[in-house]
Amino acid sequence: MATETALESAAVPAPPGQPIIRFDKVVKRFGDNVVLRELDFEVQPGERVTLIGPSGSGKTTILRLLMTLERPNGGSIWVDGEPLWEVAENGKIRTGSEKHLRRVRKKIGMVFQQFNLFPNMSVLRNVTEAPVRVLGMHQDEADQKARDLLDRVGLLEKADARPTQLSGGQQQRVAIARALAMEPKVLLLDEVTSALDPELVAGVLDVLREVAETTDITMLIVTHEMHFARDVSHRVMMFDEGQVVEQGPPEKIFTAPDHERTQSFLQAVVEQR
Amino acid sequence: MIWDWQYAFDILPDLLYAFVRFTLVATVLGSLLGATLGLVFAIIRRVRVPVLAPLVGAFIEFIRSTPLLVQLFFLFYVMPLAGLTLSALTTGVIGLGVHYACYYAEVYRAGIDGVPKGQWEACRALSLPPRYTWQKVILPQAIRKVLPALGNYAISMFKETPFLALITVPEMVQQAQSIGAIGFRYVEPITLAGLIFLAASYPTAIALRRLETRLGH
Repeated sequence: MATETALESAAVPAPPGQPIIRFDKVVKRFGDNVVLRELDFEVQPGERVTLIGPSGSGKTTILRLLMTLERPNGGSIWVDGEPLWEVAENGKIRTGSEKHLRRVRKKIGMVFQQFNLFPNMSVLRNVTEAPVRVLGMHQDEADQKARDLLDRVGLLEKADARPTQLSGGQQQRVAIARALAMEPKVLLLDEVTSALDPELVAGVLDVLREVAETTDITMLIVTHEMHFARDVSHRVMMFDEGQVVEQGPPEKIFTAPDHERTQSFLQAVVEQR
Repeated sequence: MIWDWQYAFDILPDLLYAFVRFTLVATVLGSLLGATLGLVFAIIRRVRVPVLAPLVGAFIEFIRSTPLLVQLFFLFYVMPLAGLTLSALTTGVIGLGVHYACYYAEVYRAGIDGVPKGQWEACRALSLPPRYTWQKVILPQAIRKVLPALGNYAISMFKETPFLALITVPEMVQQAQSIGAIGFRYVEPITLAGLIFLAASYPTAIALRRLETRLGH
C-alpha cells in the first residue's frame, strides 16, 4: 500500500536534502546465491561513493540494479525521489511501465567494464545517438556537443574512426563521453579500468578525475584502483556478503579501517599490486 | 552421341529466357521473401511474443520436417480448394520463400545470439527504445555476421527451383526437357541447363567465400 503513494508522489520534484539514490531493504538472489541481503543505503546528490569489497560481494549488482539491468527480489530502490520498480499487491516486484522506466533511467548513466561501444557506428555517432533519439536533440547540436565531449576526453581527432580502431583505453574514454552526453545526474562506473592494459589505465582515470572535479554529477564507483578511489570519493563503502561492513571517508577507510574484513581485503589488494 | 553445336546455339536463347524469366525471378523473389519472413520469425521468437512465438516455433519445425515438394503441391493443389488461387510462379515463390524462411530464421537467431550481451545493456543504459536497439544496433551486427550463411541458403534455393516445374512453372529445366522432347535430343538442352546453373552459382559461391574471409570468419 505504501507503493501507491510512492508512485503518486513520483511527479513531485525531490525536496532539497533528499537522497538521489536510496536502497531500502533490497534483496537480490541469483538462484540460491543471495547477493544482497536487505541492503540499505543512501547517496546524496553530488556525492561520489566508491564501493569496495571482494568479488561476489554484490558491488556490481548494485550498479546493475540501478541501471535496471537486473531486477531486485525484494525491497525498493529510489532514484531522485522516484521508485525504480513497482511492488504489486502480492509483494511481487514488477517492472514499471516502459515510460516510467525510461524517465527514471535517463537520470542515470553507466560506463561498463567492457566499454560496449556500438562497433557498427563511428565514434561520433556512438556519442550522438542517444541524445538525438532519446532526448530529441537536433543532430547539429548533438554533433557539436559530442565533439566538445570528445575533446574533453582527448579524442576529438578520432570522431570519425570506428570503435574497433581504438585502443581499449580510448574506447573507454569514448564510452565515458557517450554516458556524459545524456547529462545524467548519476554516473555508474563498473570496474571501468579492469579490462584495460595497465599502461592505459591512467588515461581513463585522468578523464574521470577531471569529470569529478568540474561537475557535481553523483558517482557510484566500483573499482580496484584504490588510489583513484581515495582521490575522488567522498565516501567509501566496504561490502562483504551482500552487506555494508563499514563505510566512511576514504582517509579513514584506507588508513585506519575499523573492521577486520576491511583490513584483510585492503591488505590483499595491496599485495596483489 | 554427337554434340550438335548448331542445335545448342539455336536453343540457347529459349533456355536463357526461361532462366531469367522464371528461375532467376523465383530465386530472387523467393530469397527476398524468405529473408524478410525469416527475420520476422527470428524476432518474434527472440522477443517471445506471447502466443505467436510458440506458434512460429511449431510452424518452423513443421516446415523443416516436411519436403519442399509436398509443400509446393499443397500450395498449388490444396489452397485453391480453400479459395486461394494464385499463378504457378507466385505459388512457387511463396513456397520457396516460406520454406527457406524457416531456415533463415535459425540463421538469424544464431546471429542475434552472437551479439554480445553488453550491446543490449549499453542500449538500455542509454534509454534507447527497443525498436531502435533492434534496428540500429543489434540487427546490423547480427546480419553482418550471418551474411555468408544467408547467401549459401540463397544458392541452395536457386538449385531447388527445378522443383517448380512440378507445379507447372516453365522454369529452365522444364523448358530444356520440352525442347528435348521435340526432336528427342536431350543432351544439348539438359547439358546447357546444367552449365547455366553452374555459371550462375559458382561465381556467387566464390563471392560469398570472399565475403566470409573479409568478415573474418
